[in-house]
Amino acid sequence: MIATLLAQAPQLPFEAPVVDFHALAPQIVLVAFVAVILVVDVIKLEDAKRFIPGLTGLAMLASLVPVISLALHGADRSLFGGAFVVDNVSLVLQAMFLLAGYVVTLLSSNYLAEGDFWESEFYLMLLSSMLGMVVMCSARDLVTIFVALELLSIPAYLMASWEKRNLRSNEAGLKYYLMGVFASALMLYGMSLLFGITGSTLLTEIGASIAEAESSTPIVTLAIVLVVVGFGFKVSAVPFHTWAPDTYEGAPTPVTAFLAVASKAAGFVALVQLVFVGFLGRTDVVEPLMWALAAASMTVGNLIALRQTNVVRLLAYSGIAQAGFMLAPFAVSATNAADALTAVVSYLLIYAAMNLGAFAVVIAVSRKTQSGEISSMGGLFGYAPGLTVAMTICLASLAGIPPLGGWFAKFVVFRALTAADTPAGYVLAIVVALNSVIAFYYYGLVLKAMWFSPEPHGDSTPIKVPVSLVSALAITIAATVLFGVFPGLIGHFTGNLGGLLSFAGG
Amino acid sequence: MWLNQFLLLGALLFCIGVYGVLARRNGVMVLMSIELLLNAVNLNFIAFGAYHGTPVGQVFALFVIGVAAAEVGVGLAIVLLIYRNRSSIDLESVDLLKG
Repeated sequence: MIATLLAQAPQLPFEAPVVDFHALAPQIVLVAFVAVILVVDVIKLEDAKRFIPGLTGLAMLASLVPVISLALHGADRSLFGGAFVVDNVSLVLQAMFLLAGYVVTLLSSNYLAEGDFWESEFYLMLLSSMLGMVVMCSARDLVTIFVALELLSIPAYLMASWEKRNLRSNEAGLKYYLMGVFASALMLYGMSLLFGITGSTLLTEIGASIAEAESSTPIVTLAIVLVVVGFGFKVSAVPFHTWAPDTYEGAPTPVTAFLAVASKAAGFVALVQLVFVGFLGRTDVVEPLMWALAAASMTVGNLIALRQTNVVRLLAYSGIAQAGFMLAPFAVSATNAADALTAVVSYLLIYAAMNLGAFAVVIAVSRKTQSGEISSMGGLFGYAPGLTVAMTICLASLAGIPPLGGWFAKFVVFRALTAADTPAGYVLAIVVALNSVIAFYYYGLVLKAMWFSPEPHGDSTPIKVPVSLVSALAITIAATVLFGVFPGLIGHFTGNLGGLLSFAGG
Repeated sequence: MWLNQFLLLGALLFCIGVYGVLARRNGVMVLMSIELLLNAVNLNFIAFGAYHGTPVGQVFALFVIGVAAAEVGVGLAIVLLIYRNRSSIDLESVDLLKG
């Protein structure tokens, strides 16, 4: 029996795929570290706790090495029949995710060690989620995008409810889970329709087919809307934002930083690939949809942020508004594709730096105040001038004051919108400008409390900031300032992204 | 011709699932509605795969089944956590965070 099977084996029509291990190296390194940390945790138990944050940070940095070597090598690589592509866009974003993951590890280590948390498992979840994000950067196929999305989301649901005995953390996890799963179901239904229309799951082939499918406009529209809505939840765009403030407030603050930066960026990465590779032929559907999402997110996010008293909730609504700014270039994704792509990627890089910086300060301050209220930050300049200056830089950058990174990010979005030279682009540019002005007010409220208000309890003992938080702050503040002072630096990373568009056939 | 019946069944199941997620208050019932949503999608994938004569639809459905198991596992863990802390899985009563 077995002999006959073996005799037939050479005739079976199976060809082992040629795997380019260099292109997969960042993912392989992360998987290897996940395995190592799991084993170390199982063998050493309590003793291992000291090493695991370091190992996690090392995993992120080690994974960055093949990303850099791939970037130096330069050539675009396509694996598995085009389902997994390594090009400039994916490398820049992978580097961003790995550095953001490193900063989140730095933010988490003291927070977890001092609170009543399960530690080692947390870093496993963080690394698994990071693996999903790094895969997402290269995914050019519906199946790969779906698996990457779930790989990054499922650990994040658990991380949001990590504080097991805290009812608020439970609630944060529950809301995030229900909204996330519902959104991925909607997205999957849209993907099934796309597959039905085109007969393929490859984004390039979908792009080629739906551009011609004139006869089936309603079903194409439904499919695109469902997929975009699915990711709209992920990036917390209005009207799918309701989970974000609750989850951000209830979850442990380092997890909030992770969700607000890395998880949101992953949603944008998926949108970039879907829109610029898959849907570019159907801009009659994508552009108005994105226009509405962007305008609603900016306006609603900013207006609700005006009346927040909790700084984490304020950052949540500010994050919704920032998502609107990042969605805006998608509204001119066909008329001005190259500029729009550069604007989204540049904004993502700068947003990651400045928002992580703001969360690092919030975590450092709440070590003393044990509170997230804006009033509790009163008088901060008196006893923690360094943190006050750091927070001022981050919030000024989020508001878009030159010469900080956020200013340049808003500038490229504005340029992409106006260079499209369409009425819709100009109107959205005006909405962006108005919303930038509204945002000054609530960022200003936080700054006013820190610089001018008295300390509410008269307790002005200095804050002990651990080394890991100082390093996290140093990295994020340096990136925020450098990207603003030398905008050419970010252009160096995002100036040559056209390779992605060439996949879409122009 | 036969494609329509599968798609209609899929759409019907999806609508029941959406109703369940939005209207049910019991945590476990919501998780079951989520299963309905995902299985409606599987039905679509398999029907379209057979229609186009490609195995890709079945492959995608297998991935969805695998991921759905992981998702519902995590969901049950979170609902169990809520039950242990509050002795109730009524989702309407989980409303500490708002504003």
